[in-house]
Amino acid sequence: MSLLSLSQIGKTFPNGTRALDQLDLAVSRGDFISLLGPSGCGKSTALRLIAGLERADSGTLTWDEAKPDIGFVFQDPTLMPWANVFDNVFLPLRLKGVTRADATPKIMDALTRVGLGDFADSFPRELSGGMKMRASIARALVLRPALLLMDEPFAALDEITRLKLNRDLLELQAELGMTVIFVTHSVYESAYLSSRICVFSNRPGHIIETIDVGPSGPRGEEFRLTSAYLETCQRASAALEQAMERA
Amino acid sequence: MKTARILPLLTFVALLLGWEALVHIQNIPAYVLPAPSRIFVALREDWELLSAALFVTLKITVLALALATGIGVALAILFAQSTWLERTFFPIAVILQVTPIIAIAPLLLIYLDAGTAVLACAFLVAFFPILSNTALGLSSTDHNLRDLFDLYGASRWQQMRLLRLPSALPYFLGGLRIAGGLALIGAIAAEIAAGASGQGAGLAYRILEAGYRLNIPRMFAALVLISVAGIAIWLALEFVSTRLLARWHESTRARSP
Repeated sequence: MSLLSLSQIGKTFPNGTRALDQLDLAVSRGDFISLLGPSGCGKSTALRLIAGLERADSGTLTWDEAKPDIGFVFQDPTLMPWANVFDNVFLPLRLKGVTRADATPKIMDALTRVGLGDFADSFPRELSGGMKMRASIARALVLRPALLLMDEPFAALDEITRLKLNRDLLELQAELGMTVIFVTHSVYESAYLSSRICVFSNRPGHIIETIDVGPSGPRGEEFRLTSAYLETCQRASAALEQAMERA
Repeated sequence: MKTARILPLLTFVALLLGWEALVHIQNIPAYVLPAPSRIFVALREDWELLSAALFVTLKITVLALALATGIGVALAILFAQSTWLERTFFPIAVILQVTPIIAIAPLLLIYLDAGTAVLACAFLVAFFPILSNTALGLSSTDHNLRDLFDLYGASRWQQMRLLRLPSALPYFLGGLRIAGGLALIGAIAAEIAAGASGQGAGLAYRILEAGYRLNIPRMFAALVLISVAGIAIWLALEFVSTRLLARWHESTRARSP
């Protein structure tokens, strides 16, 4: 079932950079789509367009039904340093006018899902990088969004934390039945997470190759040892190299 | 780290003892340089007069600081609404700031009665650091957080209250600490300019008056009170600042050496 489609999207920034050109992308419910590409290829811009934080100059972005609630996770955890974890996760509900009392069960549920149930009273500076990112994900999940947008969320984390968060993210997606669009420049991350990988080429950004990986859902560590995974990595790497050559 | 606290105190006491010894050994008369003990005696003898003067000066300083905080923050919020407003009115604030207050005071004394003029001077010097720091803080909000607020459809007022004001708080508090000291300086400068017409009789007026009478110990005693008042204001604002930022801001984070 389709969720949204982007058709012939173009975007030029005021400084003249052509960020996106003739971008086509169809997203179905339950997809886990990775936008994979070199830095500055417009994949973050595509994500911001979908979120409604930017407007396209040309082309159309169509939601199948009304625009759903969207969760957004940035590369930085982007927590409010003056508020504790609870209040940070409360923010989306608070802006929608939900009272603290009504919000509390939802907040605690989101925190428990990301493994931060015991850290509601902590302040961001008291948390490790991985825990801050978990808090940021809890905030994105608290509205139970149909669509979760993630802009290189784990790029700044260490390898072990990153692998753990990748695994947890797939479980969360399955539990909550979300669609995820995930921007990354890591071939291995995209191959592990995605049901579909869209490889972006440099300026102007557009998709040069789409790789179908298989149905989305939780994947164990052993998935990284399968021949299908290795084949996906090879194809994605080749496409990425091609994208870099064009730059 | 006890030595870190004791060392400045010891230095200060040693300085006072040296001063005391110098005056006694050289037999310097009190009307040239009074010894610390003599200043202390003046402080006790003239306490009624001086404490009343201290109260007057402190009252003006605190009132000016409160006015400066209210108006400075309100203007900064107004400027944050549009760059057009900011570009139009900020230069006026700069002009008021760069013109030395001691030069403006005589003029204000012509237009206003002495008490109001002193208050206006203290306000004028205290107001700028609050305005400029708060304005800087309001425009330094994290861009990702602003995007996040946009994404969730936050109203302008919600953005201001929940995002921009809290993130401007450390900047505002930095401005407030500067303004606290400046308000006292502004009040004293204006009292000096007001001179004999200073009916309110603050500490600066008492210094002038004692000077005419060559009552040097009392001049020093009033000076001590001004310093103490300045230190007290600074400590109070420092306390407020640390309390407000205690759990989240980097400035309050303890570091192991």
